[in-house]
Amino acid sequence: MNTADQYLKAIYLIQEMEDGPASTGALADMLDVSPASANEMIGKLETRNLADHEKYKGVRLTDDGIRRARDALQTYCIIERFLANVLDVENFREEARELEAVIDDTVAERLDTIIDRNPNCPDCFDAERDACAELEVECEKPAD
Amino acid sequence: MSVSHRVGSDHQLARLLQIGIVLEEVVEARAHHHYQSLDATDLDPEIESLLSDAAEESADHRARLEALIADLDAESIPFEDIETLVEAQYAQTKPDDFDGVLYDQLCNEETAYKFYDDLVSAIEASDARFSVDRQRLLDTLRSIREEEADGVEEVTNVMETRE
Repeated sequence: MNTADQYLKAIYLIQEMEDGPASTGALADMLDVSPASANEMIGKLETRNLADHEKYKGVRLTDDGIRRARDALQTYCIIERFLANVLDVENFREEARELEAVIDDTVAERLDTIIDRNPNCPDCFDAERDACAELEVECEKPAD
Repeated sequence: MSVSHRVGSDHQLARLLQIGIVLEEVVEARAHHHYQSLDATDLDPEIESLLSDAAEESADHRARLEALIADLDAESIPFEDIETLVEAQYAQTKPDDFDGVLYDQLCNEETAYKFYDDLVSAIEASDARFSVDRQRLLDTLRSIREEEADGVEEVTNVMETRE
């Protein structure tokens, strides 16, 4: 998943949790990057018509941005489920976050063929828990 | 979350190599089951040979990836379990015809190529020290990547001659 898609996914998740635009600070926190880096990427996403940024309010995805973000979230969901259900990884959230940058969506689609994913994916993703709600594992709220 | 495109630890590298092994397992299982599911009277020696070579190559790639994982300071996982899971999944799928088998094989080879290409780039971008010799690691992965590229070309040639 490329960097732009990781930003789109993060903005989408914050929008879902906040039920409103994502602030640059919240985005930088979620991605563990500096606010300056977050601002720079938001500018690029705006240029590509994937997001709209309003000063003092935050960033909101366009319809195209939401489509891309949902695809990225689906890829992430596949990685989480693959780690948890196939490789039996206990810290699947942490590892999925480490691996998502290196796993392309075409690769995720192949991994998807051996997991039983819910057809409503990525709506199955619980942003608060940072995990697919279908995962039958004990989930604690992740630390910041 | 992290936006880093680098591989930073033995553990992360081992996990990625394990994913490579699963992908190889998937290639092998799909090739085998899909071919077996076709009508015996229509078996085509060219495709049979292509799929058999692909399965053999995947087994070789798995062995080379496993050898790398064995030298890393990371926990491994029992691959018998994954093999059973993959086998069970593919026993249920069935392509429509030879073109379906070839197209699927092309996707397999392209996906594997993309995976190794991304992995090589992520290791090249990293300055982490791994327990396994860096040059051996990169040589192995680049060589597997080349074989996947050859596989894509081979399947494409067979598809073109059948058109």
